Amino acid sequence: MLIGNKGKFFAMIFGVALTSLIITQQSSIFVGLMSRTVGFIFDTPLPDLWVMDPKVQFVDDIKPMQDTKLLQVRGVQGVEWAVPLYKGSIRARLANGTFQTCNVIGLDDATLVGGPPTMVSGRVADLRLADSVIVDEAAAQGKLAKPGPTPQSPKTPLKIGDLLELNDNRAVVVGIARTTRTFQSQPIVYTTYSRATRFAPRERKLLSFILAKVKPGEDFTEVARRINGQTGLAAYTAPQLKGLTIRYFMKNTGIPINFGIAVGLGFLVGVAIVGQTFYSFITDNMRYLGILKAMGAKNNVLFTMIILQTFLVGALGSGIGMGIASLTSIISKNSELAFYMPWQIPVVTVLATTLITLLTTIFSLWKVIRLEPGIVFRG
Amino acid sequence: MDPAIVCTNLTKSYGPKGNLTPALRGIDLEVKAGELFMLVGPSGCGKTTLISVIAGILNHDEGTCRIFSRDLDAMDDGDRTEFRGKNVGFVFQAYNLIPTLTTTENTSIPLILNGVPRAEANERSREMLRQVGLGSKLDTLPTELSGGQQQRVAIARALVHNPRLIVCDEPTSALDHTTGSEIMELFRHEALKGGRTLVIVTHDARIFQYADRIGVMDDGRITRIVNSPSEL
Repeated sequence: MLIGNKGKFFAMIFGVALTSLIITQQSSIFVGLMSRTVGFIFDTPLPDLWVMDPKVQFVDDIKPMQDTKLLQVRGVQGVEWAVPLYKGSIRARLANGTFQTCNVIGLDDATLVGGPPTMVSGRVADLRLADSVIVDEAAAQGKLAKPGPTPQSPKTPLKIGDLLELNDNRAVVVGIARTTRTFQSQPIVYTTYSRATRFAPRERKLLSFILAKVKPGEDFTEVARRINGQTGLAAYTAPQLKGLTIRYFMKNTGIPINFGIAVGLGFLVGVAIVGQTFYSFITDNMRYLGILKAMGAKNNVLFTMIILQTFLVGALGSGIGMGIASLTSIISKNSELAFYMPWQIPVVTVLATTLITLLTTIFSLWKVIRLEPGIVFRG
Repeated sequence: MDPAIVCTNLTKSYGPKGNLTPALRGIDLEVKAGELFMLVGPSGCGKTTLISVIAGILNHDEGTCRIFSRDLDAMDDGDRTEFRGKNVGFVFQAYNLIPTLTTTENTSIPLILNGVPRAEANERSREMLRQVGLGSKLDTLPTELSGGQQQRVAIARALVHNPRLIVCDEPTSALDHTTGSEIMELFRHEALKGGRTLVIVTHDARIFQYADRIGVMDDGRITRIVNSPSEL
């Protein structure tokens, strides 16, 4: 019956699709943003433990340590190796005189542990050349690209051999790397630890993190506990540091509440559109349902009809909504839009649309249970 | 032969307790199998309530109602639904065809509800539609048919599963005189076949002549039963 009424059928599919789209898209953007907060940890998979000042709240919350802490960590039982890492903001001066704040990562001079995950051009080892830096691809094509002669002119992407000025220091681009986008979307500039501390404004302490490898057979948690006990520093595994960072953003920013409201509104829109349309469909067809009941249709037959129709609408609507969201994901790949759709999001979306159709169905079934077949002879 | 319908001291009231409005005030009625029985009377006299009780779609308050020797009171909802599905056909004033289904699909509904496979149901429905003169409209939507044609589809739907009782509510009220007469001829020739019983509620004096007997109702009672319209 519902399929025969094309207007109501499409209105319900539209309602479910809209709900599904809003829930999927907003949740994916939320997860995308959250994953960007830990993008740097993603790109640094080698160390087993990240050692830092115990007051650090998230990965970008740098509380520098004394360089001697590195030696203390190396002396802890169970640590196979430990290297320093600098992470800090340094201003770059562009060719047209404007400034751009960059996220400078200083890698251990000897091992270059913590280097960029994928090189687009050049080699990580070239960081051993004088004044060398590696720039991330997005920044090379965007924020750090060389401006044209006029503001309207297209920018020229940075390439190997180009020069940068970092806090009044000369830097030579020796490579372009592909990195995971970060929450702040600042250009990422890789260099050696000693050079990074030379580029950085003078401070008494400059050691941001110590990256440590645990000896084979040693328990990560136990080694982390030893590091904490012997040095007073906090040591986290990568998942722990990601969790710490995400919890910080969840707790201290308005991101979850803003996206939560959008997702909630999407759900309510779905309930309103689908519920209202299906309610009017049931009301309009109450006479026909009564006729079927009078002619011998038992409640379970009517229930099956209604359930099939609502779930067909639910399946089509959620499929269309998630399809559009997936299309957005493909189109927005490598763009500024933070969109990441892990498998859990479609599952949640399907559950939400199932809940909407279930609520609508239960309401409809309730009307059918109470329906008297005697309605057929009323005017 | 046992009578098709036996109602004894049937009462039915509507409304909340303490403010009940009686619709049936002790109906005694017997309709023979194979009879075309008409119920007439002014609006609000209880005609529709009475055929609703007889058809098993409305519970009465007191008295008994036996249809083909089965006591409706003794059946639960499920049994009564099954009984209706097998034994009762319905024809309505407003036809009540499902607008999104074709004539064949509409006619198939009682068969499908009785568990007849869809292909067989469609074949029997087409045959029934041919019998009521709609052989050229087998796959037409109700909205594309005239009022008389729609009522023929409704009659085909009421007959297709071969029920023993057909209840009709004002089947000719929405039709002109000629079409109404054609519908009544159809009832007489097709619907009464095989000893089937028809109960028709009507205001339409033009069709009284087709009745075997006419029950006159007033204020919830059957005041008299006559054998021909001239006795009214």
